[in-house]
Amino acid sequence: MKLNLKLTEKEAITIKVSMIKNLFVILFTLFSSIIYASDDASHKSDTSASEGNHENHETKFDAGEFITHHIADAHEIHFFTLNEGTDHEKHFTIYLPVIVNTGSGLEMFSASHFYHNKHNVEVNGKHKHYFTYNDLVLFEEQIYKASGIEGIQFDEAGKITNQSLTDFSPTKSVIGLFLTGIILLLLFGSAAKKYKSRPNTAPKGLQNLLEPLVIFVRDDIAIPSIGKEHGHRFTPFLLTTFFFIWLANILGLVPFFGGFNIMGTLGVTLVLATLVFIITTINGKAYYWSHIFWPHGVPLPIKFILVPIEIVQIFMKPLVLMIRLTANITAGHIIILAFTCLVFIFGQQNVGAGYGVGVGSVLFMIFMYFIELLVVFLQAYVFTLLTALYFGAALEKPHH
Amino acid sequence: MLSAGLGTIFWTSVAFLSVLFLLKKMAWGPILKSLKEREDFIADSIKSAENANEQLSLMKADNEKLLAEARAEREKILKEARDMGEDIVAKAKKVSVEEQQRIMAKAKEEIENEKTAAIAELKTQVVSLSIQMAETLLKKEFENKEQQSKLVEDNLKTAALN
Repeated sequence: MKLNLKLTEKEAITIKVSMIKNLFVILFTLFSSIIYASDDASHKSDTSASEGNHENHETKFDAGEFITHHIADAHEIHFFTLNEGTDHEKHFTIYLPVIVNTGSGLEMFSASHFYHNKHNVEVNGKHKHYFTYNDLVLFEEQIYKASGIEGIQFDEAGKITNQSLTDFSPTKSVIGLFLTGIILLLLFGSAAKKYKSRPNTAPKGLQNLLEPLVIFVRDDIAIPSIGKEHGHRFTPFLLTTFFFIWLANILGLVPFFGGFNIMGTLGVTLVLATLVFIITTINGKAYYWSHIFWPHGVPLPIKFILVPIEIVQIFMKPLVLMIRLTANITAGHIIILAFTCLVFIFGQQNVGAGYGVGVGSVLFMIFMYFIELLVVFLQAYVFTLLTALYFGAALEKPHH
Repeated sequence: MLSAGLGTIFWTSVAFLSVLFLLKKMAWGPILKSLKEREDFIADSIKSAENANEQLSLMKADNEKLLAEARAEREKILKEARDMGEDIVAKAKKVSVEEQQRIMAKAKEEIENEKTAAIAELKTQVVSLSIQMAETLLKKEFENKEQQSKLVEDNLKTAALN
């Protein structure tokens, strides 16, 4: 009887998984039209007024914009462009669905509508571009309500004055996150099956790859930081956090793969940090709170200084987690992109110089990639370890 | 570029939480459980192997003790046997010497007896021979009277002196 129940539970899970898989497939096919076409004209359908500026814009390489564009979240996953700057420009891109609250309800459409309506504008002497679709404007990957003749308006300081709209779109980082989740589920799901089918035997194949990492998180992060009593309870969360961050970071290092900057997106790390904050707060024992609101063994006047600091620290700890991860991953991407930019900057002055610098740049980039491989692991480790330490502090028992 | 859009936050929460839930159900639960089981299994196996080893060494010690005992027993038996043998030989020697002495003594006694008997026999023989000779001599002597009387007289003389 019990055996039967288990089987059905297992079946239910597999059904759930396949349902989720199907859902993703449908999501992709429905909303993201993969464009392998030479859609060029639309890209060049700039307003005639800025035609001249446009030429200027094309010839002058702007490293700042190039880097910002690559590390920023987007409503498309851009793989690469063929014949850039010619009439046969080909973009290999997945356009993601846009879900936006226009004020009169949610509207959903493919981001290709935006990206096929590119416009250039000069703001305080700087060349910027924006996209329009119906009465919506996409500027620096933010969606606004269109206003004015050109659809976009700026104040004297160069700040956009359009009404900002609530954007519910699954952006590039979100898709990257889904991808990370699917890979994790497949990887660990199949490993778990092996564990079930071959109990009490030496690990084999995939298990050999994942087991040391799982044991590392359990025995070197969870148990020492939280303690034997509660450590096992938080191990699943810590394992998920660790592998999520690590794999998402690795995806960001794969070239020609959309240039994901998942953990460099503040919204993603914000969610992780918030979860850490919630779990820490919920699990905080009396000793933890007493430590914050009434520090022991400290003179009364000092308590008045310490208590506000401690209260701020409750929020500061997860905030620092969030910023550290985002900054580190973004910085890694910026450094690699900066070396790429160097080649183009020098190449614009002199083709020979471009090739010359290119050799050095590539060597540095290879070096940086190795460093980044270490950093992406390290950041996952640091985030998980600190999370575990915060959990440990929340669950700490008074020492007698 | 570093803005946290509501959409990103929403979808990230959905993605992370569902993956956390699914991984916990599908992967972490079974993996951590079987890792624990395997660790316990290995620990148990090592423990039982140690126990077996201990028992084995105990048995070995027992065996050695038994062996030592058996060896000691053998030594003891051998020693006893040797002692017994020596004893027997010694006893036999003693008995034989006694017997010999006894036989010798008996032989000596017999010889002595024989000797005495022989001497006695000889004496009788000598006596009878002397008597015969004396008879013969006497017969010859007493063929004349004169001589007889002379002899008597001589004898009487010596007898009177005693």
